[in-house]
Parts: sequence; C-alpha cells; structure tokens
Amino acid sequence: MRLFVPLFMTFICGMIIILQFFVPHRPFSTLGERLTDWYMIVASAAIFLGAVNLLQVHSARIRFRQKNWQYSPVVIGGFLVMMAAGFGWGVADGRPFDWMFQTMVVPMGATMFSLLAFFVASAAFRAFRSSNWRATLLLVSAFIVMLGRVPIGDVIWRLIPGAAASSHPNLVNEIAEWIMQVPNMAGQRAVMIGASLGVVATSLRMIFGIERSYLGGSD
Amino acid sequence: MTMEIVGIWLGALLTLALYSFLYRDNPFYKFTEHLFVGMSAGYWVIYNIYNVLIPNLWDRLVGTGDAAPDMMMIIPAVLGLFMLARLVPKGAGLSRISLAMIVGTGAGLSLVTTFRTNCLSQVEGTIIALTGAGTGQFLSNLILVVGVVCGLVYFFFSKPHRGVIGGAANTGITVLMVAFGASFGYTVMARISLLIGQVQFLLFEWLPTIPIFRGLTG
Repeated sequence: MRLFVPLFMTFICGMIIILQFFVPHRPFSTLGERLTDWYMIVASAAIFLGAVNLLQVHSARIRFRQKNWQYSPVVIGGFLVMMAAGFGWGVADGRPFDWMFQTMVVPMGATMFSLLAFFVASAAFRAFRSSNWRATLLLVSAFIVMLGRVPIGDVIWRLIPGAAASSHPNLVNEIAEWIMQVPNMAGQRAVMIGASLGVVATSLRMIFGIERSYLGGSD
Repeated sequence: MTMEIVGIWLGALLTLALYSFLYRDNPFYKFTEHLFVGMSAGYWVIYNIYNVLIPNLWDRLVGTGDAAPDMMMIIPAVLGLFMLARLVPKGAGLSRISLAMIVGTGAGLSLVTTFRTNCLSQVEGTIIALTGAGTGQFLSNLILVVGVVCGLVYFFFSKPHRGVIGGAANTGITVLMVAFGASFGYTVMARISLLIGQVQFLLFEWLPTIPIFRGLTG
C-alpha cells in the first residue's frame, strides 16, 4: 500500500497526459490542462523544500562549528535579506528587491560564469595534451569556431596576400559557420535523437512503475 | 552619494572579490560566493511566489476580477504542502504522493514533447535531398546525413562495434568530436563575452566614479 498509491498516481497522471495528445477532447483535454497547471504549482513547492534545506544545512554548520562555518551566516543573511525585500516592498522595478538583484546578483552571476572561461580553457589545455588525432580534431574545430566568432579571425585571413580580394573575404567566419551548420548539427542531432529515445524509454518505465527509484530506491 | 553610485560600487567590489579567486582561494572570494548562493536562493523563492504561486494558485483560488473562485485549486495547494512534509520524518510518505504526481505528469509531458521535437523533427530535418543544389551543398548534405546515421550507430550498443558497424561507429565518433569541439568553442566564447561585459563594467562604469580616474576611460 505504501508504494501502491504513488505508483497508481504516477500511472494515472502519466496516462492522462499522454491520452490528451491523442484524444484532444473532453474529458482528457480538460484533465490534461488541469494536470499541467497543477504540475507547475506542485513542482514549484520543491523550491521551498530546497530553501529550507539550505537553511538547515547552514544552521547545522554554524551549530557544530564545521569547516568554513564563518561563511554560513552570509548565506542565511543573503537569503533572508532578499526574502524580506521581496515580501516587504514587492518585486516591481526600482524596489529594493529589484535593486539588489540588478546591482548584486546579476554582476555576481555574470562574474561566476565568466570565471568558468578560465577553468574551461585550462581543462581543455590538459585534455588536448593527451592527444590523439580525434582530440586534435576537437581542438581544431573549437579553435576555428572561436576564431570565426571574433573580428580578429577575418583580420588574420586578410593578412594573406590576395585574400581580401578573393571570392571569400571572410573565409574564417564562413568555415566556422559551416562547422556549426553541418558537422556540429549532425553530431548534435545524433545526440538529440539518442537522448530523446532514452527519455521515451525512461518515461514509459516510470509511468508503468518499472522505474521506482524516485520513491526511495526500494523495489 | 546616489543609490546608483552605491550600486555600481557594490557590483564592482563583488566582481573584484570573485575574480580574486584567479590568484588563489581567499576569504573575499568565499564571502562573495556564499553571498551569491544565499541571495540567489532568496531571489528564486520570491520569483516563484510572485510569478508562479500568486497568479496560478492564489488568484484562481480566491477568484480575482470577475472570475469565480476555483475550489479545485485546493488540490495542488494540498499536494504542494504534502511536498514540504518531507521535512518531517513521519510525513515523508505524504511527499511521495506529490512526487508521484510530478513524476507521472512530467513523464507524460516529456514523453510526447521530447519525442516530437528532439526525435521526429530532427529525423525529418535529416531526410533531405542530396542532389540538385551544386557540389558544395551536395557534400554538406551528405556529411549531415552520414554524420547523423553514423552518430546514431555509435550510440547503438546492442551489436558489437565490429566490421561495418565498427566502421560506421568510428565515423560517428569523428563527427561527434567535431561537434563537441564546436560546442566547446561556442561555450568558451559565451563565457568570454561575459568576461568582456564585466571588464567593460569595471572600466567604463566603475572607474569613472573614482575622481582621479574620471575622464581616463573616455
């Protein structure tokens, strides 16, 4: 019974959603719409679970003086300040919540992601050192795409005598575009088709109760 | 000092604190990193409340404007509360019901939509005429078709990769390596453009707020 109710619910919800695509009439269409709306609301409750978990983890860090516990009040403080600003003054443009988001969260997010450029570059350098011809192919492909996305790529090409007057004055950019449109698309399509078949198989396993790990791992 | 200047200084100091990690791990970086985690979590909770829960649950439950209250919305509200029951060890069973609803609906939605967009549309896009558009286009189309087929053969593990299948799988790996290289280059460029944006912010917005640097950056 402990597993029957959730498994039955998964089956019913999954089947209603699938059937509404094949039978777009009542009752499946209305049930499908309802379920899709409810899905968004119930799934959004998970973010509260994550927030409470974050607070629990950092409170425990402070209580037990775990490693780097001094920074945990910063996490909790940042979280509470944003919550207070959101609840207290709303989220409209120019309000404290929006001001903190624009002046603090946005620059921090952009900087964090831009830091990845350095780490990706250093990881790539290490990967390319253990080279075989396919790794070299990967490197060349990445290099051309990067060069084709910046003006210096075509500037370098035009330094070659006669290149600027040729029928391909922007050859580096053209090659980069071709790589993106042809071999890259072929590879991406193969990955997408393979992954989508995996999604279909996993979804069916979940709907029919074969895959139950999301309920706690027991069979 | 206006709020705009305060905002620019806050953004600049946080940016510099995060970039200090390029030298080595340090307390300024750790402080800012933790602040980012806390503020981002707070942002997403508030965003969720104002953009998902209030318009889709609360407004419909109480009936705003001419709309009558929709009592059926009590069901997702209760299921949402069940989800939070996971925080209480004895109530973990209730959260399974909410989880089952999410998993079932999500599986049903992703089954059909992913199959349509990521499988059928991609297969349709690959079935193209090879001839009739010049040698260059013919070669490009041929590489596209052969690349997709060989890439799929590489992902087919039910047969050993030997003989013809092995050859096709090898071609598939080559196409995939070019694709991964292109994606890698594209990702690096996206990160670099973020870096350029932040450097421009420091140079053209923050530095001019310091009197001795005013006018230096144009």
